[in-house]
Amino acid sequence: MIEFKNIKKQFNGKQILKGIDGTFEKGKVNQLIGASGTGKSVLLKCIVGLVTPDEGTVEFDGRDFYNSDRETRKGIRREIGMLFQGSALFDSKTVEENVRFPLDLLTKMSPEEKLEKVNFCLERVELENSNKKMPSELSGGMKKRVGIARAIVMNSKYLFCDEPNSGLDPMTSITIDNLIKEITDEFNTTTIVVTHDMNSVVEIGENIIYLFEGEKKWQGDKSNIMQADCKELEDFMMSSKLVREARAHWK
Amino acid sequence: MKLLGRYVIFLGQMFTQREPFKVYVRLVIEECYKIGVGSVFIFVLVSTFMGAVTAVQTAYNLLSPFIPDYVISLVTRDMAILELAPTIMAIVFAGKVGSNLASELGTMRITEQIDAIEVMGINSTSYLVLPKVIASLIVYPLLVILAAGLMIYGGYIAGIFTEVITKEEYIYGLRADFLEFNVAFALIKAFVFAFLVSSISSFWGFYTQGGALEVGQASTKAVTTSCIAILTADYLLAQLLLT
Ligand SMILES: Nc1ncnc2c1ncn2[C@@H]1O[C@H](COP(=O)(O)OP(=O)(O)OP(=O)(O)O)[C@@H](O)[C@H]1O
Ligand SMILES: [Mg+2]
Repeated sequence: MIEFKNIKKQFNGKQILKGIDGTFEKGKVNQLIGASGTGKSVLLKCIVGLVTPDEGTVEFDGRDFYNSDRETRKGIRREIGMLFQGSALFDSKTVEENVRFPLDLLTKMSPEEKLEKVNFCLERVELENSNKKMPSELSGGMKKRVGIARAIVMNSKYLFCDEPNSGLDPMTSITIDNLIKEITDEFNTTTIVVTHDMNSVVEIGENIIYLFEGEKKWQGDKSNIMQADCKELEDFMMSSKLVREARAHWK
Repeated sequence: MKLLGRYVIFLGQMFTQREPFKVYVRLVIEECYKIGVGSVFIFVLVSTFMGAVTAVQTAYNLLSPFIPDYVISLVTRDMAILELAPTIMAIVFAGKVGSNLASELGTMRITEQIDAIEVMGINSTSYLVLPKVIASLIVYPLLVILAAGLMIYGGYIAGIFTEVITKEEYIYGLRADFLEFNVAFALIKAFVFAFLVSSISSFWGFYTQGGALEVGQASTKAVTTSCIAILTADYLLAQLLLT
């Protein structure tokens, strides 16, 4: 479980995050939703420590990230897998090398063990036989899947995915959603997914946090999001026809 | 001033919390190869021509019956070793390798590759930058030795070709009044400049913010600041070691 309290961050005098509290639960797909530019990526980066918040605390299963020594922090970091918004694959390395990278640096596995692990993860994301391809030869969806494979290769306890299905067709997008859900159940990870795809919210969202202009406006799950009593969230959801119809059905 | 502070912190991060030594060996070899192969052609070209021009111009300026011809090769040699090979070639090095380092790291920054390394709990500064700096410290002095040799050779070819000096006299001049200290001085300069160019360029690349446009700007800044640093350090070293 990840617990964060009162996260504040400003950039160049502009308050992006205005004191956000929340929890992400273990073994569930936690979602962070909100319009573009509300600070979802910034909040995610504050939680994993890529951006230092001006105020606030983050706890990973009771371990305070910002108020602990370097070793503890390193330990926490090694339990984190992250898929970035733009995949962030190393473009001078092959798919296999990309996925193997954390193993090379952080473990003492033998080459055979590493290869086995890499192949297992690539299979998991349905990319067997792409080991020797370069990132530039992959489509956007394939890159995301390699990114997921790299994020899970260390058996991470915490899996962060920044917009895993933006820019993908609905079919691939659903495949990736299902994949994330399966991985979460299989490895009992604390998964955090940033998204603005309402489809994936109603599909896999188990603990949903809605951000609006740097503030948390609503928290709940997919079963009660349709009846949510929150003006901003309603507006956000209403932009999707699918949701409009579903909501009409609920009322 | 703030930049200078950030640069110092950057250097500090590079040398602390390193990964195991073994990790670096392979990275350094890769970088050496990239830097060496990438810049050897331009170095050969520039240094041969510079040597030739130096010899011809010295000959032109020394049109006097009282000055022996071997002074031409003596001057070419000292110019090459003391200033042209280490300093001027450092500017070429900044243009070729410095801009490359800055744009490589800048691209990695804006595509979040650096964040990806950092989030795994790896010190990205030392993982990415240290091998580049060490590789520069190994490769650049070698390039300087190569350049000095080619400059002297270029002068020889030009001298013989334009018939301003004979073979024997050129070789005699090369051996006359030779100071070994000059070679040591050139190598000290080479190490200092290699460190400056690689660390300054990496610094600009590493802290790029924004998009492709900013990567271009970072690479320009890398070259200009490196050049300023090279010239300042050149002057300081001359003051410190030659007086
Ligand atoms: N390093 C930074 N420096 C300055 N401003 C930043 C920085 N990072 C983000 N911002 C600003 O913070 C705001 C929120 O950005 P963020 O990337 O978190 O949005 P987002 O909710 O992830 O949007 P999207 O859904 O489009 O990815 C934006 O207005 C952005 O300009
Ligand atoms: Mg974002």
